[in-house]
Amino acid sequence: MLLAVENLHVSYGGIRALKGISFEVEEGKIVALIGANGAGKSTTLRTICGLVRAQSGRIEYKGTVVNKVPPYKIVGMGISMVPEGRRVFTRLTVLENLEMGAYSRGSSQEAKESLANVFKRFPRLQERKSQLAGTLSGGEQQMLAMGRALMSRPQLLLMDEPSMGLAPMLVEEIFSIIREINNSGTTILLVEQNAHMALSVAGSAYVLETGEIALSGPAAEMADNPEVRKCYLGE
Amino acid sequence: MFFQQLVNGVTLGATYALIALGYTMVYGIIQLINFAHGEVYMIGAFVGLIMVAVYKVNFFIALLAAMAVCIPLAVLIERVAYRPLRNSTRLAPLISALGVSIFLQTLVTLIKGDPNPLGFPHVIQDTVYALGPVKFSLIQVVILIVASLLMVFLEITVKYTKIGKAMRATSEDYETANLMGINVNHVVSFTFAAGAALAAAGGVLVGMYFNSINPFMGVTVGLKSFCAAVVGGIGSIPGAMLGGLLLGIAEVFGVAAGFDTYKEAISFGLLIIILLFRPTGLLGHPIQRKV
Ligand SMILES: Nc1ncnc2c1ncn2[C@@H]1O[C@H](COP(=O)(O)OP(=O)(O)O)[C@@H](O)[C@H]1O
Ligand SMILES: [Mg+2]
Repeated sequence: MLLAVENLHVSYGGIRALKGISFEVEEGKIVALIGANGAGKSTTLRTICGLVRAQSGRIEYKGTVVNKVPPYKIVGMGISMVPEGRRVFTRLTVLENLEMGAYSRGSSQEAKESLANVFKRFPRLQERKSQLAGTLSGGEQQMLAMGRALMSRPQLLLMDEPSMGLAPMLVEEIFSIIREINNSGTTILLVEQNAHMALSVAGSAYVLETGEIALSGPAAEMADNPEVRKCYLGE
Repeated sequence: MFFQQLVNGVTLGATYALIALGYTMVYGIIQLINFAHGEVYMIGAFVGLIMVAVYKVNFFIALLAAMAVCIPLAVLIERVAYRPLRNSTRLAPLISALGVSIFLQTLVTLIKGDPNPLGFPHVIQDTVYALGPVKFSLIQVVILIVASLLMVFLEITVKYTKIGKAMRATSEDYETANLMGINVNHVVSFTFAAGAALAAAGGVLVGMYFNSINPFMGVTVGLKSFCAAVVGGIGSIPGAMLGGLLLGIAEVFGVAAGFDTYKEAISFGLLIIILLFRPTGLLGHPIQRKV
């Protein structure tokens, strides 16, 4: 397993956000984590990144327990995050944002290659590279957040609601890019409220409900599950 | 007359700007008003004086020595007095900063033996240049050149170097900067170091300009420079430069207009007026809520 989360508990003060969840992400796959607003999806990703500390339980990445690793070291281990709400640096240029993504890479040669790859995948970012990121549209900012995360050449990409707030056409585009990124060898843990799209790209999926895993299985099966259809696919 | 006052105002403003930069950069990164910054400036002035009076070095060596002392001092202050309080209430590091400020004032008074002002030896000649009716003393020229060079150097660092970009990223979004692999603690230390270098230079320059330094000189100048940072828009580097110049000019013109007794009130008055019209300062970023 590339990532194994075991019996993870996380609280914010008195609020228990995760109540002992366990799940696995197999190398090379797209794994979807779906659930309603407030279910604990972002908390899960933020705990993996080290931004939030687990109360108990373990997070194992490539056989190493990473629970206590400080967040700035996580990206160097090969885990990169596309945060909820994109969180691009609006007062930095597109190019500077991408450079920040490669901050942990020592050599500038590697950073150059990463940049060329990102520009190939997102030609629009190249056209706008000198523009302040704050002047980009929502879809472009999402692409920048994705490009920025790819700059470190992650083995595991964590994505928190990449389709949030985007027009349907852009959502399609973002998901086809997610598929491409996966095809070129990057494992993806995808958090979505848009269960329909998430299940269409994922190999397996977990449903999170108020801090607990309610269901799990192959994505195709989940999409046929009557309960999932009723609660998350709006049928 | 007008241009003469302008020259005097810009000179004074340049020193406020140097100090204001430290407040604004630190605030931009960790949202702390570093009340001990004025004392770093004061210690810079004392180190400069000691170098010049005791070791008889020239002005530039004195300037570098002041920086060499103030940089580690500021980094140490952050490490000891602020960092352990990073995750506590916002009031805690503020109170800690006040404590450091009082501690340093007292420490210097103790070492010096009394709180009285000391004169600064004339390391720079009293040459005066005339440009039409406007007179520049050599020391004003030195202040303007040194302050400009330091600010250009800062601007280049922040704009083009890796650590400078990391600084800007961290000041906009601390958490996401972490996700990029930026060790935010290094950025914070670097920010304190940069602010201290500028303040140390400011201390030596002001000491020479007014020919008088004392252990409490950081209080008023610190407050005024902090006003300058807020007037320009706290967190904004060009804002601190602009705010410093404006305050310096306002003060000199205010005094020339006969409001000598109200000299110290001018900065605060200007602060209030500008904040009434622009709550985020002249060049401040609109208030963003960080999640
Ligand atoms: N910083 C925080 N402080 C306190 N409670 C939080 C914080 N972040 C999230 N929560 C709470 O934790 C629960 C899970 O939130 P989150 O992980 O953001 O859910 P999701 O991403 O699935 O919408 C919610 O009840 C939310 O209110
Ligand atoms: Mg969320």
